[in-house]
Amino acid sequence: MWEYTDKVRDHFFNPRNVGEIENADGVGEVGSLACGDALKLTFKLDKDGRIADAKFKTFGCASAIATSSVLTELIRGKTLDEAMNVTNKDIADYLGGLPEQKMHCSVMGREALEAAIANYQGGEVKKHELEGHVVCTCFGVTDVEIERVVRENDLTTVEQVTNYCKAGGGCGGCHGEIEKIIERIQGEKVAPHAPPVPRKGKKLTNIQKMQLIQQTINEQIRPALRAHGGNIELIDIEGDKVTVAFRGMCAQCHLAEFTMKDVVETKLREFVSEDIVVEEDKDSVEEGHVHKG
Amino acid sequence: MQTIYFDNNATTRVADEVFEVMQPYFCELYGNPSSMHTFGGQVGVRVREAREQVAALLGCHPGEVIFTSCGTESDSTAILGTLAAVPHRRKVITTRVEHPAVLTVCRDLENRGYHVIELGVDKQGRLDLDELESLLDDDTAIVTVMAANNETGTIFPIERIAEMVTERGITFHTDAVQIVGKVPLNLSETPIHLLSLSGHKLHAAKGVGVLYVRKGTRIAPFLLGGHQEGGRRAGTENVPGIVGLGKACELAARYMDDENTRVKALRDKLESAILAGCPDSRINGDPENRLPNTTNISFEYIEGEAILLMLDRFGICASSGSACTSGSLEPSHVLRAMGVPFTAAHGSIRYSLSRYNTEDEVDFTIEKMPQIIERLRELSPFVGQVSV
Ligand code: FES
Repeated sequence: MWEYTDKVRDHFFNPRNVGEIENADGVGEVGSLACGDALKLTFKLDKDGRIADAKFKTFGCASAIATSSVLTELIRGKTLDEAMNVTNKDIADYLGGLPEQKMHCSVMGREALEAAIANYQGGEVKKHELEGHVVCTCFGVTDVEIERVVRENDLTTVEQVTNYCKAGGGCGGCHGEIEKIIERIQGEKVAPHAPPVPRKGKKLTNIQKMQLIQQTINEQIRPALRAHGGNIELIDIEGDKVTVAFRGMCAQCHLAEFTMKDVVETKLREFVSEDIVVEEDKDSVEEGHVHKG
Repeated sequence: MQTIYFDNNATTRVADEVFEVMQPYFCELYGNPSSMHTFGGQVGVRVREAREQVAALLGCHPGEVIFTSCGTESDSTAILGTLAAVPHRRKVITTRVEHPAVLTVCRDLENRGYHVIELGVDKQGRLDLDELESLLDDDTAIVTVMAANNETGTIFPIERIAEMVTERGITFHTDAVQIVGKVPLNLSETPIHLLSLSGHKLHAAKGVGVLYVRKGTRIAPFLLGGHQEGGRRAGTENVPGIVGLGKACELAARYMDDENTRVKALRDKLESAILAGCPDSRINGDPENRLPNTTNISFEYIEGEAILLMLDRFGICASSGSACTSGSLEPSHVLRAMGVPFTAAHGSIRYSLSRYNTEDEVDFTIEKMPQIIERLRELSPFVGQVSV
């Protein structure tokens, strides 16, 4: 069970400002049912440009509802510029803290606010637009969003990033990229404790190379395939030639075979050696077919 | 505030009768069953009796019962012990809806080079037995399929699967922690090789489990050390736990009818009243082949943790397959394997009853559910929208 502060419980059981303002000046919608939480924020300005009223509707857990409620309280009476300065940390602090794994709820609050303000400034109603490129496909989180939570909350591990914006919380296939973002921003701060990732060595013995290939498949490739119901098996290694078989893919997946092979090759070249060539063993495919609709 | 406990698939209260027989084994009869003196020896006698009580419930020979520390240990021992005994076989078959005690072990095996196949399930959580049959071959070391699913209560036809698998000379293991004590099972009538059970799911204490090993099954020990359990599981016996489990098995046999009549009727009442009282709700799982005590219901547009907290305020304990309750970010792997849409998976609640539940508790819950669901739907931006 989560340990929620009394403030969180209060705002969950007695949420303030529930609803939707008609003819709102700003509307911000973030999240989705698939992600497990979503927030729709609406606000109205008074004649001085201050937020006269703000209301929310939220799908999500207790902390998602509590953070939304607090958000509406925090921004009432503020100008848009002042409101823009409300950070996810302000929201969490107001609640007397949130469990680490729930910090993404406070981030969602801030994002909804930004979306609503952007909507007011840009006019038309649109969903929170994605900036940058998507790093985590499981949760549709971009590099820009990740960079931001890392900077603003001084995060140093992938786990923390997952807690704050969900990226990395699914198949795990994006962990490598998230690590790189953290390293880029935090620099030396993280270098000493960065978790061991398979790294290209200078000169590998045959055994080391085989182990590194297996490790790279286990950690970098299989999780991503698994997320989509597939799998990969290492069949053989001969010099730089690596033979693999893909399992559990449906007919449509097979159409994309050549790209699968390329993905594996790219990863192995990145982590093991530039000379790796990947081949697919098609004979053993049928046997492992376990895809079900 | 009263506690209404509807989370018996997570753990159960220890039966008074069980607690009573355990007590002397802490401060009075604390001897080691392996000792040569009478003081320890008398404890050994009670362990033997407990073994007979377990065997009586399962319909097996006492010599086929190995006491372990929990269901998870039994599962690990069954799978890894079998693989160690048949090292030339490299294929493992399981299902996507297993408990993590099995699934995590299998996924780890995959990383160690085993060929692991996870069978999918249909919308009601059922397996395709023809598919399973087509996958069995000489390279298959073990097939491990749970007897009943902990989240939905769906029961798999393990007797049929056991026949199919063992006929081919392949070891069959079943994680039966949810079914033992709820549905009659007679191991003398099925060729199941290995079966795991857990004490705290049937009103015994936490920290004791059983691995049933059919006579003649090839399996290597998992914990090495002393000669306890005939050398198949080293480590000084958890005597109070074992004695209690023996009693719990005896009680389970006695209450089996109650479980399948009164408890089942309570479950059915709870379920149909909730479905009738809360629009946009649905059952997850196979309504026909299901544990008598379990119901898993999805409420569209709202999230499970929020429902649980509201229930908690009334002292009602249940659980959810939502992502938020587990601390992971994705909803239950069981519901996802069944293809339950995200809209419903996030808002799923499991109620699992036991013989200690009363009609009043069910009525109270039936009364509270609609207002909880309504209240949360008022907050939800998705109500009235087309499902995403
Ligand atoms: S891509 Fe990020 S967790 Fe799957």
